[in-house]
This record gives sequence, structure tokens and C-alpha cells, in this order.
Amino acid sequence: MNKKKKRLVIRSIILAILAIAVGYTFYSNLTKEARGNLKEGDQAPDFVLTDLSGKERQLSDYKGKGVFLNFWGSWCEPCKKEMPHMEKLSKEFKEQGVEVLAVNVGDSELQTKKFAKQYGLTFPIAIDSTKEVQDAYGINPLPATFMISPDGKVEQIVIGGLVKEEQVRALFEKVKP
Amino acid sequence: MGKVKCECGHVNPHGTILCESCGRALTEEAQREKLHDMRYEGSARRSQTYNKTIIDKVWNFFSSVKVGIWLIVLTLIASSIGTIFPQKLFIPNNVSPETYYEDTYGVAGKIYYTLGFYDLYNSIWFIGLIAAIGVSLVICSLDRVIPLYRALKNQRVARHSSFMKKQRLFTSKEGTLQSGELDKVKEKLKSKRYHIREEEGSLLAEKGRFSRWGPYINHIGLIIFLIGAMLRSTEGMYTDAMLWIREGETLEIPGTQGEYYLKNEKFTIENYDEKKDPEVFKEALKRTGGVVKNYQTDAVLYRDENRDLPGAKPKLVKVKDAEIRVNEPLKFDKFALYQDSYSKDEMKAMEFALADKATQKEAGRVKIDLFNPKDTYDLGKGYKVEIIGYYPDYDGIGSDGEPKTKSPLPNNPAFLFKMISPEHPKGEISFTAIRQTLEPVGKTDYKMEFRGIETRNISALTVRKDLTLWILGLGGAIFMIGVIQGAYWNHRRLWIREINGEIYVAAHTNKNWHGLKREINSVIEGTSVPIPEDQQG
Repeated sequence: MNKKKKRLVIRSIILAILAIAVGYTFYSNLTKEARGNLKEGDQAPDFVLTDLSGKERQLSDYKGKGVFLNFWGSWCEPCKKEMPHMEKLSKEFKEQGVEVLAVNVGDSELQTKKFAKQYGLTFPIAIDSTKEVQDAYGINPLPATFMISPDGKVEQIVIGGLVKEEQVRALFEKVKP
Repeated sequence: MGKVKCECGHVNPHGTILCESCGRALTEEAQREKLHDMRYEGSARRSQTYNKTIIDKVWNFFSSVKVGIWLIVLTLIASSIGTIFPQKLFIPNNVSPETYYEDTYGVAGKIYYTLGFYDLYNSIWFIGLIAAIGVSLVICSLDRVIPLYRALKNQRVARHSSFMKKQRLFTSKEGTLQSGELDKVKEKLKSKRYHIREEEGSLLAEKGRFSRWGPYINHIGLIIFLIGAMLRSTEGMYTDAMLWIREGETLEIPGTQGEYYLKNEKFTIENYDEKKDPEVFKEALKRTGGVVKNYQTDAVLYRDENRDLPGAKPKLVKVKDAEIRVNEPLKFDKFALYQDSYSKDEMKAMEFALADKATQKEAGRVKIDLFNPKDTYDLGKGYKVEIIGYYPDYDGIGSDGEPKTKSPLPNNPAFLFKMISPEHPKGEISFTAIRQTLEPVGKTDYKMEFRGIETRNISALTVRKDLTLWILGLGGAIFMIGVIQGAYWNHRRLWIREINGEIYVAAHTNKNWHGLKREINSVIEGTSVPIPEDQQG
């Protein structure tokens, strides 16, 4: 009787060890893809870039404010379409504590400046020339917009163009402090 | 369910088929069979006898070799189905696999995608199959090696006559064992490195028992190998990334968490030279026109002392210079950078001359860095060139009348220039692309004439870090030790016993029966001990 109990205990222990190993394999394999890619609810990775006026912009400096973080490129057609909405609402929401920070991906300074001038953009634009910030945010197709709450969390991720003003407005509303 | 006590007095675990000690058949089935199955020495595979709790049921399921073989067969079938359509890795990277398989292969493609065959090695059920094989391996082995060990440890010298009769090699003859004859046999057995045990008129000669552990050592190796493979998905254990880097660029090396940077000084391709290189290459060179001798990236490795936020300026400290060639990677801190691929002659800069159309006179030249063009190029004496628009990958004029660019890469650069001259202080507008000049706002007196181009190469390096390699190596080595142990040594036993005026001789080996027969013949020949015969076929 005693021996049978012992065997049951040993078997249980071995099976438990195997189950843990298998469970771990599943966990690490299934999270492999997601790792490095931001999800809504994650802490937004901090970064620092210099904007076109030469001012350093660090994400953590925006603590207490909502941030409309937009990744764009001048060759990207949908990026062009959402710029006027962003410009209009950035002015409107500035007093309400939501700021726009645009990160250019891939363009030269000349192109970025011309673009900003052409579209009359007044919010800060920085160029991520080393692609480090893109990598941190896992950017692939453009545009990509990250709504960051006042406590620094990724509230919402929008991949692709924002066509309607209401759409953009809803995003701004979401991260109002 | 108690123990089974044999007539000889030995107490066997429940489920034993042949008494561990004397070899008597303990089950009716074993009593009926012509030859005993000796693979596990007739020991008790307990798993097949206890079946009470859920733990036992799970254990018994995985303890079955049949289940193990089915798992392997299923894995093989799944792997072969995985080769029917290309894996996710090999489909064009600008399409989504979700639509690609259905669009390209129809319904079959959709099923293929839905069931996860498109990314087989990462699909849940495939990992599940491999994991189940691992579990089966552990439990099958444990369930067999322990009883087998017990049976071999407890075996008695004098085996029961029924046990001896049901060995494959067996004979019996009337007579008695002469001690002189037996001594001769013993002498010869000793010279063949047999261990001899004797017990009043019975003899057991045995060698190579450790060969029986070969398969289990082999399984231990496999399990270690699987653990190594499992750890590959653990963060920080394994990196396999690509780094495309232009000549002159300094980039962060992916996978190093911002710690290391690499500068590409120069990428070169060197061909075999008909004159300089030895005669042997002549034929090949004539046939193909050119054979590459060397792909090489001259690089500088830096470490970032800052390791600050993404985007922050790194404080680079040089670690070393390196020449990366195929099969000669740059190694540092558990990472290795391998020369993998390249792209030749990407445009880097363009040179134009500002020229008077009528007189062909040049007012000066501008060299435009395609990755960082300037606003204004002052040529002096009232001549200036301003860039109003830059379209690095020009793709025609859009519906809004504006030139379009396909990408940020300078594949087909085009410029909207404002040419300022003493005659035209307000400037003339010219749109200049490769082999194309437009004057969108009226005829101009000046033009931008293409003068030259500067290119550079891009090198592609594989970034590899693999901390699991030694585990895989260890597993592989143990695996091979097990194979060798089981394959090059045989477990051979010879029993000689006198029972009621008859001499019984039986022998067993786990493989290579022919070798055993020859060895026994040479041992017994010339004595009165009978030579056992093969009772099978």
C-alpha cells in the first residue's frame, strides 16, 4: 500500500515536471511573435528625438498629458490625408492636455521640412534617422498612430490612415487627462 | 494487487512475466509461448498493470511504445504536408499570409493556412506533437529501464529448466558435467572476457550487459537535445536577425539591446583573376565569365557607452576593426556577424551642372547627397540652385499635379529645381529626373545637366547568437554514445546447468545471434558440453 502511494507521488512529480517544461515551451513560443511588438495596455517605450527646430523631445516629458504619437513618411499617401486633421485638432486639444508628436520615418530633413511647410504643420516633427524608435515600436506599414495616455500607457494603436476628422477626434478624446 | 511469489521463493513485482530470479514463466501466456520474449527480460512494465488514478492513466498512455510510434508517424506526416505549399518565411513579404494562401492556392490554401501548416514549426499543435514525443520518450524509458535493471540485477545463476528451454539457443543432452570439462569451458569463456558466476552445478557466463542501457542513454541525449531546442524560444538565448548596412553607415546591431553598433567601411566583391590566380580556374572562368573569390565587409565594431533611450545619440567606443568574409564571421560577446548577402551600387549622390542652354556654358556644379540633400547650393557670382522638391523614388505625376515618390529609397531620384542666375534672379523652374527634363512653368534659359553619379554598396549581415548550441552538442554527443553502446557491444549470456541427469545449455544475446553462435561454438567445441541450437526458423 505504502509503495503504491510512493509510486503515485513519484509519477505525479515527474508528470508535473514534464507539464511545466511543455507549458513553458508553449508559453515562450506563443509569446515569441508578440514579443517586441507593442500591445494596447503596454507601457509606451520611452525615446528621445530632436525635432526640426532642434529641440529634444522625450516621450516621458509628456507625462500628465495625452500624446498623439504618429509615425509617417512623405511618400505615404494615407499619411498626407490625415495630416490636416491632426493639425486642426492639435491646436484644439493643446489646451486640453493632448499633444501631437510626429515621427518621420525614412525621409531626409529637406523633404520633411518641405512637407511640413506645404501642409502648414505646427506640431513638433522629429526624424528617426537611425530607425531605433521605429524598432522599439515595431513599425512596419505607415502610417501608424499610438495614443498614449497621461500615465504613459499605450491606449490605442491605429495602423493605417485616419480618413475622417471624427475618427481623429475620438482618438484625442480618449487620452484627455 | 500484491506481489507475485515464484515457486523458487523470489518475490517479484506485480505484472512480472518471467521470474526475475529463476526465470520461471509466471503468466499463462508466457507458459504457452514457444520462445520467451527477452527484450525486457520478462520484467513487469508496471504501467500496464496499475490503472487507477488519472495520473496512472496519463502515465500509461505515454508509456505505450505504440503511442510513441504513432506520435512520430503523425509528426512525419505533418512535416511532409508542410512542404506542399511554401512556408510563411518564403512567401513575398509584402503580402499577408491570411490572404496569400487562399488567393494563390484556392480552398486548399485556405485550409493550409487555417490549420497552421503555413508556419508549421510555430503552430501550437505541431509544438504539442513534439512535446508529446518528449514526454513519451521520458516515460517509456523510465517504465522500461527500471524493471530491466531490476531483472538483470536479480537474475540467479541457476535458471529454471522451462526458462532455458524457451531461449532461442538451447540444447539438452543426457549426461553429467565433468568438472575438468567445465573448467576448460570456463577458461575459454574467461579469455573471451565473460564474467562467470557459479552455483552448485550451474554456470552463468555474461558479458556486455551495459549494451542494454544504450537505448536509454540515447533517449537521455534526445531529451537534452529537446531541452536545448525548447530554450531557443527563450528571450536572450537565441537571435537570428538581418542587418542591411550601407557603406559609411553606422547602425545599431539588432538583438544587442542597443549595446553594439557597427560601421560598414566598405563592401567588396573580388573575382578570380585569370592572370593572378592559378591555372585551375581557367576553364571555369572561360565558361562562366567570372567567379567570385571573396565577399567582404570591412567593418568597425563599437560599443555604446550611453545605452540610452532609443533615438538618443550613442556614445560610441571602438571595440575593434573586422573583416567579415563568408565563413569568417565577426565574433564578439556571444554574437557572430556573418556575411550573408549584398546589394551593389545603390545611388548615393548625383552631380549636375547648371548650364546655359544657348551657349552650353557651365555656371557651376552641384553635388547632391541623395540621403541628405541641401536646401540651397550657392555657386557664386549670382548663381544658385534651390531644391523645391525631392522625389527619391519618382513614380510619375499624381492626380493632384504633384510628382510622386514610391518609397524613401533613391531608386529613381527626381528634383524640382529653382535655378537662379544673374539673368533670372527670381529663378527658373526645372523638373529633372533621370533621362527626363520638364519645364512645368514655362521655357527656361538654363538647365540642370546630369554630370555623374556616386554609388555605394549595401552589405547584408546575419546576426546570430545561440546560447543553446552547447546543449544541442551535449545532447547529440550523448545520443551518439548511446547508439555506439547499443550497436557495437552485445549483451551475451550462456547458461549451463545439470538437471536430473541432463545437461542443459542455453544462450541469449540482444543482437547479432550469428556472432554469439560462433563464440559459443569455439568455447564449447572439443568438450562433452553440447552445443546449443537455434530453435528459431
